[in-house]
Amino acid sequence: MKSDHIMNAYDQELKFLANRIAFMGGHAERMVDQAVQALVASNTDLARKVVADDMALDEAQRDIDDKAVIIIARRQPMADDLREIIGAIRISSDLERVGDLGKNIAKRVVSLSDAAQPIQLFRGLEALAQLALTQLKEVLDAYATRSVARIGQVRDRDDDIDAMYTSLFRELLTYMMEDPRNIASCTHLLFCAKNIERIGDHATNIAETVYHIVTGDQMPAERPKEDKSHKVVIPTK
Amino acid sequence: MAVDEAIDRWMRRGASNLRRAKWLVATGCAAIVVLAWLGGLDWPVAGLALAAVLAVAAFGPGARAPLPTSAGAAAPASAGLQPYSAEYLAAAIPDPLVMIDQAGAIVHANDAARAAFGDFRAGTLIQLRFRTPEFQSFLSGLREGAAEPHVTDYAERVPIERWFRVVGRPLGHGTELFVLVFKDQSETRRIDRMRSDFIANASHELRTPLASVAGFIETLRGPARNDAKARDHFLQIMQDQTARMARLIDDLLSLSRLEMKTYAAPSRAVDLRQVIDRVIDAMNHLAAEVGVTIVREVPPVPVEILGQPDELIQVFENLVENACKYGQSGGKVVVSLDAGTGAEASGPSVTVRDFGPGIPEEHIPRLTERFYRVDAETSRAQKGTGLGLAIVKHILTRYNARLTIRSPSGEGAAFTVQFPPSQSRSS
Repeated sequence: MKSDHIMNAYDQELKFLANRIAFMGGHAERMVDQAVQALVASNTDLARKVVADDMALDEAQRDIDDKAVIIIARRQPMADDLREIIGAIRISSDLERVGDLGKNIAKRVVSLSDAAQPIQLFRGLEALAQLALTQLKEVLDAYATRSVARIGQVRDRDDDIDAMYTSLFRELLTYMMEDPRNIASCTHLLFCAKNIERIGDHATNIAETVYHIVTGDQMPAERPKEDKSHKVVIPTK
Repeated sequence: MAVDEAIDRWMRRGASNLRRAKWLVATGCAAIVVLAWLGGLDWPVAGLALAAVLAVAAFGPGARAPLPTSAGAAAPASAGLQPYSAEYLAAAIPDPLVMIDQAGAIVHANDAARAAFGDFRAGTLIQLRFRTPEFQSFLSGLREGAAEPHVTDYAERVPIERWFRVVGRPLGHGTELFVLVFKDQSETRRIDRMRSDFIANASHELRTPLASVAGFIETLRGPARNDAKARDHFLQIMQDQTARMARLIDDLLSLSRLEMKTYAAPSRAVDLRQVIDRVIDAMNHLAAEVGVTIVREVPPVPVEILGQPDELIQVFENLVENACKYGQSGGKVVVSLDAGTGAEASGPSVTVRDFGPGIPEEHIPRLTERFYRVDAETSRAQKGTGLGLAIVKHILTRYNARLTIRSPSGEGAAFTVQFPPSQSRSS
């Protein structure tokens, strides 16, 4: 254990950053979770709450940016501390994006709730969200405990998310082809799925940042992406 | 530290004994002094005698009476706990217990906490690990000394749903330390959840067979009233449908029961070879019925993991059953066990492989979703409920194992269960 029981102003500033990240992480996770819940249950009240929550996240990110710049200017941190501060800036901007994506899903709830949607449309989306949230939780837990042991799994799971997204993409296309009246709602759901897939990508980004903070090295180069949705074509008869 | 404490305790006991016996001691001392003064004793001898009297009075075994101090009520209890390390006390508490400082940094986490939430290093900020907005405000209320009680609910949805009621209390007075105790509420919550989930799933999935049964009854009472051939045919369909409803309810119940179970890592060593043998014995009948032979490929040494035989059997029965049903055309199902003790020590894995038509790639990621069917017609014909793989996945999550599905087009499908290496006790 480091001899850091004497709390000086510098420590307090670093703790402030960590606290704000904790706040942002909790809020971002909650927003995504609630946005998907609102979507599945067509709960417009919950969706409105999610949209309003995004404000707090944006504010926290500005806080972190300001504070980080001040710390760097005043203290001229080196090595560990510098990585920690830069990491906080990067993680906060990823989390802010996650919040935006959650907000975007919540905004679509209103247009989707007009007509009742078949439940199986949402099952895939729920499963995808579950994967992305697991991912996000895992990387934020890794940030909290400073352990990189499980970081490698995050990438594996990102492949799962991509594969799942591609599958959902196909399924939604099929529904659209079956009945043109589905097109409006399926397009919204397609964007929701894409947003969730992006959340997974941000989680992977955070994983890389955490790896850098803890070890000081970059994570080994990434393997080629598994997302094959850009290759999906509609078979013409 | 312990020595200092012992000396300190000893001194305090001495002082209190002296206080209690002060009149006796004073009389004894006075007598010795008088004797010495009268010339009956040498001064050095008198000094020794004085010291001896005082020592006996202070540290000799005295009558154990409650101390006549203002802290009289609390003193016996705290004296009773003093010899025991706080760490032992924390470890003896079965619920997760975490001690934090004013900034939220973890000072100590007991074994139960580490088992439930993974490894905490001292200094980890608790608000980073438990991030929900409610927990954050609970924490700030606790640290700023807001009015008691400090209670909050903490829920984790992934990877397994868990609920905790967290109670926070300051530790002693002015130590600036706080103790958080996590009470696991998952079981009660799950029971509530089970009810609503069961109703939602059952009502949705039972509607189709029920509607068809209702339709046939109507036909039998109406247009087909006197048509013996049609009646037989319809009754057969109705029987199939009711059988399907029964299977569906069985599967739903088994899934609900699984979800009910508490979050506890399995602790019994199970030989995977025996599990596989039992599964193959049980499935041979079904395999023979559909014209499939089951091939067994296992190493000659036991491969042990920590687990529950019944659950593992359920996993592999589901996988083998699927392989027999959907890979029927291949005529063969291979169940192979890899001890995983090679250079990579990846942990044991079991692969169930069939040689049927395989599974189209786009369906693979979603097979474990409830009621997801690649082809609803085939599934229904094979008496599938759409829950088999959901059950498999649920059990495997608890084992921290991964299910990988590979199906190169036209070469059948392979379902691999990869158990984590740390669990195996092959040594």
